[in-house]
Amino acid sequence: MTIPYYVSPEQVMKDRAEYAQKGIARGRALVAATYKEGIVIVAENRSRSLRKISEIYDRIAFAGVGRYNEFDQLRVAGVRHADTKGFSFSRGDVEARSLANLYAQYLGQVFTHEMKPLEVEILVAELGVDPEHDQMFHIAYEGTITDENAYAVIGGDAETIRSRIVRTFRRGWSLPDAVRACAAALSGSDKTLGTDELEVAVLARNGPRRAFERLSQAEVEQILKAKRAARAKG
Amino acid sequence: MGLPVFAASDDPGPSFIGLLRSSPPLPGTPGWMAVAGLARAGGVPGEAGTGASSVASMMRHGTTVLALRFEDGVVLAGDRRATEGHLIAYRTMEKVIQVDELSGVAIAGVAGPAIELVRLFATQLEHYEKVEGVSLSIEGKANQLGQLVSGNLPMAMQGMVVIPLFAGFDDLSLTGRVFSFDVTGGRYEESDYATEGSGGRNAKSALKMGWFPGMGRDDAVRLSLEAIVEAADEDVATGGPDPVRGIYPTVAVITRDGFGKVDAGEVAERVAGINDAAVARLRPGRVRGRGE
Repeated sequence: MTIPYYVSPEQVMKDRAEYAQKGIARGRALVAATYKEGIVIVAENRSRSLRKISEIYDRIAFAGVGRYNEFDQLRVAGVRHADTKGFSFSRGDVEARSLANLYAQYLGQVFTHEMKPLEVEILVAELGVDPEHDQMFHIAYEGTITDENAYAVIGGDAETIRSRIVRTFRRGWSLPDAVRACAAALSGSDKTLGTDELEVAVLARNGPRRAFERLSQAEVEQILKAKRAARAKG
Repeated sequence: MGLPVFAASDDPGPSFIGLLRSSPPLPGTPGWMAVAGLARAGGVPGEAGTGASSVASMMRHGTTVLALRFEDGVVLAGDRRATEGHLIAYRTMEKVIQVDELSGVAIAGVAGPAIELVRLFATQLEHYEKVEGVSLSIEGKANQLGQLVSGNLPMAMQGMVVIPLFAGFDDLSLTGRVFSFDVTGGRYEESDYATEGSGGRNAKSALKMGWFPGMGRDDAVRLSLEAIVEAADEDVATGGPDPVRGIYPTVAVITRDGFGKVDAGEVAERVAGINDAAVARLRPGRVRGRGE
């Protein structure tokens, strides 16, 4: 007879956390920041069709890092939750906080009860009526939820990127400034991310009902080019 | 409600209606259940004339709507009146409704289910777009609407008929397109124009007299208003322009730039022009706004 060997719960949790962290650390990061007229999310992403940033509802955006199939499943679940809620109550009743809590519960449950934790970190951003009410919820692989009002960084090497964005972030800055700073924070000093390596989307405050909008490669190129021109001048 | 995560084998895909079918009912759902064909209407088909007639007189009906193609897209228009039997129930109903960036629906029939149907249809299109990352083609949208209408067939048998007109700008062929439906959900693409509702027949005659290929936006808006005025003149259930209360027909123009409602000021001005022309034709020598 084989004797089932004992593993302490602490060790199980530690192993799972390590496993999830490793998976996430392999992925590329993304930065979200508020700007004067909304929230911008900039992700390092070489794919043109497998998106990291997407629309959930009128004023809510979703961004995920880590394993694509896992965060994409969460994205679709978020769209389903929001559309069902908006349809049975009203569009105004759909808000990011309750969705973020659902995500946190789900991730927490998978982390403690399933064999394999989800190797993802996600961000749920909601545009407020004014910049003070903009909200960003950061939900980690084990269900920890934190809310941010200025900027958020998720994914591999998040701490280093955060330390860069801390230095450049200014409240109420313009969209081009924000995109440039986020791209620079993702790149670091040793490399420069090109337009084809960036995915950029915004929740724009004074736009149509559906505030989510992707910036085309040409638009991003123009913003980044302005930076290079300014640098050359300086 | 929890986070709607499905196993890969029973994922409802990009369909919002499929999602509703696979989820437990939510508060306040009878409306969409009926519209999505999720609930069977009781009773025997064809009995609408007997026991249902007293209920039918209490149901609000929407009346004349139309759609016509022009050079750069389509015009959708509708009157504003809803009736309950012989009474006017509501004077400011919006029967022309935007469903996504490039398309709109105009509804005729029983108002309650019609409004639910459009709400469900709009949610379905947006849901598909968000889940899949691309919009449905215009034919895909028209087919979806046809399925919703056919899902309503048991209700239609009970007298609760809902017939929409669907029009939009097709970003593949770069033209406006118009689709009409029958009560079974049959979908018919119209090459020029279509009308629906109790005053639809009169409106159609007016469109037939005035429509020509390649007409411009202004001509199309004017013609749509002439058709509504004509229908209101012949049909009691269709509301004409009401300058006393400032209530005018809804007109929407859909082009490659999107869906836009024509503002009430422009509509009022065009209606005044139509009235002046009628006065000049029928009673030459009389000036508008003055008694004899």
